Amino acid sequence: MLSFIGRSFVQKIITLFFVSIVSFLIIHLAPGKPSQVDPMNPKFTPEVVERFRKEFHLDKPLYVQYVYFYQDLFTGKTVSWKDNQSVLKKIWERFLNSLPLFIVGTLLTWTLSFPVGIRSAIFRKGIFDRTATFLSYLLISIPGFFFAYVLIIFVVTRFHVPVIGMVTFGIGDASIPYILMDRIWHMLLPSVLVATGGIAVLSRYVRSQMLEVEGQDYIRTARAKGLPPEQVHYKHALRNALLPFVTMFGLILPGLIGGSVIIESIFSWPGMGRMAYEAILARDYPIILTVNFVSAVLVLAGTFISDLLYLIVDPRIRL
Amino acid sequence: MADDNRLISVQGLKVYFRSGHACARAVDGVSFEVRKKETVCIVGESGCGKTVSALSILGLVTTPPGEIIDGRIVFAGQNLLELSEKEMQKIRGNHIAMVFQEPLTSLNPVFTIGDQISEAVRIHKKIGAESLREKCIRLLKDVGIPAPEQRLEDYPHQLSGGQRQRVMIAMALACDPDLIIADEPTTALDVTVQAQILELFGAIQKKQSMSILYITHDLGVVAAIADRVYVMYAGMIAEQGNTEQIFRNARHPYTQGLLASLPSLSKRGKRLYSIPGSVPNPAYKPAGCPFHPRCPHKAPSCSTEYPKMCDYGQGHLARCPILFQDKGHHT
Ligand SMILES: Nc1ncnc2c1ncn2[C@@H]1O[C@H](COP(=O)(O)OP(=O)(O)OP(=O)(O)O)[C@@H](O)[C@H]1O
Ligand SMILES: [Mg+2]
Repeated sequence: MLSFIGRSFVQKIITLFFVSIVSFLIIHLAPGKPSQVDPMNPKFTPEVVERFRKEFHLDKPLYVQYVYFYQDLFTGKTVSWKDNQSVLKKIWERFLNSLPLFIVGTLLTWTLSFPVGIRSAIFRKGIFDRTATFLSYLLISIPGFFFAYVLIIFVVTRFHVPVIGMVTFGIGDASIPYILMDRIWHMLLPSVLVATGGIAVLSRYVRSQMLEVEGQDYIRTARAKGLPPEQVHYKHALRNALLPFVTMFGLILPGLIGGSVIIESIFSWPGMGRMAYEAILARDYPIILTVNFVSAVLVLAGTFISDLLYLIVDPRIRL
Repeated sequence: MADDNRLISVQGLKVYFRSGHACARAVDGVSFEVRKKETVCIVGESGCGKTVSALSILGLVTTPPGEIIDGRIVFAGQNLLELSEKEMQKIRGNHIAMVFQEPLTSLNPVFTIGDQISEAVRIHKKIGAESLREKCIRLLKDVGIPAPEQRLEDYPHQLSGGQRQRVMIAMALACDPDLIIADEPTTALDVTVQAQILELFGAIQKKQSMSILYITHDLGVVAAIADRVYVMYAGMIAEQGNTEQIFRNARHPYTQGLLASLPSLSKRGKRLYSIPGSVPNPAYKPAGCPFHPRCPHKAPSCSTEYPKMCDYGQGHLARCPILFQDKGHHT
C-alpha cells in the first residue's frame, strides 16, 4: 500500500520532469518571438530588443535557458516579460479570482448531474428521462458563447443588473450587503454557464454508467434476495456506478486553469484562463510556461488523488 | 399424488419478448409443479426457455422487453403473478430463493461476502448483530467453505468460482426457503467442482427438507439428483415423468434423441448420435409441433397441429401423439 503510493509519487515526479522539457521545447518551437510581437511599436528599436534578449537570456542556447527558467521558477524569481511583475504573484491573484467561479460551477455540476443521471437511468424512457435527454443534447449542441449572449441579454434587459466583470466598476464605498449582492450577481451567470455545460455532459455519463450497472448479474441477485428497489438502486447499483467517477473527480483539478477560458473572456472575468490566453498572444513565455507547469502539477496531483481514492473505494485494487 | 403435497405449480405460463416487430415466444405454455421435499429437474438445450421460466416464478423477467402473457404460478395458495411488487419482495429470498448460472458475475464486487449474506438474512428476519454474524458463519460452514470466520471479510474476487457458487448457495439458504431454484449452477465450473456442488445440493436437501428446482442441460446431472424430470424444448414441455420413466422409457422423440446422444461406455468407438438440425429461433418457431423439422417420426399432421400431451400413466406424459398411437395407447 505505502509502496504503491511511493511508486505512484515517484512516477508522477518523473512525468513532471518530462512535461517541463516538452512544454519548454514546444513554446520555443512555436512561430513568433517575444521580441517580434509588435515590430511596428516605435519603442522596439534594435538596441532595446538586443538588451531585452540579453536580460532574459534569450541569446543563450536552449538548455541553458531551460535551466535558468526552472531555477527562477523554483526560487520564485520568475517575472513576466510584459510588466516585470512576479509571475507567481500574478498567477496567485488570478487563481483567487478563478476559484469562486470554479468552486460554484463544480459544486453545481456535481451535485445536480448525479440526481439527474441516476433518476434518468432508473426511470429510463420515462418523461423525466426524455426531458433530461432532450435538454442535455440541446445544451451540448448550442455553442457556449452563443448561449452566454442569450443569457446576458435576457438577464440585463429583464433584471437590469450588471453581469460583466467581477464587480460593478466604481462601487468602492457602497455598503457591505450591497457589494455582496453585486458580487453574487456577477458570479451567477458565469457559474451557471459553467455548470449547465458540465451537467449536460456529466449527467449523460452518469446515466449510461448507471444503466450499464443495472444490467449486471449482481443486480438480479440483489433483487432475487427480496431487497426493495431503493436498496437495489442506491446501494448495489450506485456503489458500482460511482467507481469511474472517482477518476474523473481527480481530473477536475486542472479545470481550475483551462476550464473556463471562453467564459472568462466573454464576461471579462480576470481569471487564470484568460491570463494564460492573453500571455500566449503576447508570447509572454514565463507566464505561459509557469501556467503550463502549474497545470501539469494539477493534472498529476489529480491523478494521484484518483489513484488513492480508487484504492479506497474499489476492493479489487489492493496492493 | 395428493394436492396438498404440492409446493408450487406453474400452469400454462407464456412469456414473450418483443423487440420491434419480432416476438420471441421464449416460454410458450409451460406447466410444471414441484412437490414438497422433491428435487425436480428441468432439462433442455440452450435457449429453450429454462431461465426465463425460473425468473418468471420470482417475478424477475425484465419488462420490457419481456412480458408474461398468460398463466398462473400458484404458491402457498396464491397466484404469484397477481401479487404486487411489495408482496413479491417478501417471497423472494424468503420463501423462494435462486442460485444463478454465472457465479463469477452474480456477486456484487464491491461488498464483502459477509455483507452480502447477512443482507439476505436481515431483509427478511429480525436478528441481532451478534447472532447475525454467527448465522453467516454457520451458513458458510454448511456450504463447505473452509475457515468461514476469515472469509466473511473477503470480497468476491478473492474466491474461486466454486467458492463463489457456494457463497451464492449460502445466500439462497439464508432464510431457509421452501424452494431453491438452481439455474445451471455448475455450468461455469469444472467437473470436480461440479460434482462437489451437486453433492452439496443433495446434502442440503436431506438435512433441511426443502424442495429444489434444478435447471440443467446435462442429462448426467439429471440422472444423479432428480426425482422427477421435465424435458423442455423450444418453450414447451416435451415430456415429463420420474427419472426412471424418462431414462428407461422415453416417449418423446426429442427425449429419445437426447438420450441417444449421451456418450457411454457401450457406445465406445461408434459415432455419437446427434439430433439433426438446430434449435429454432424463438421468434420464428415452426407451426405445429416445434420439434417436427428435426423429428425422425414426423407425420403430415405434425406441421399443422400443436401436439397434445399424451398420458402414459403414473405421471409420465409426453407431447407426441404419433408415438402414442404407434404404441397402441388409444384412449
Ligand atoms: N432479456 C431478453 N431479451 C430478449 N429476449 C430474451 C431475453 N431473455 C431471454 N430471451 C429469449 O428467451 C429465450 C430463452 O432464453 P433462456 O435464457 O430462458 O434460455 P435457457 O434455456 O436458460 O438457455 P441457457 O441454457 O443458455 O441458459 C432466448 O432464446 C431468447 O430469445
Ligand atoms: Mg439459462
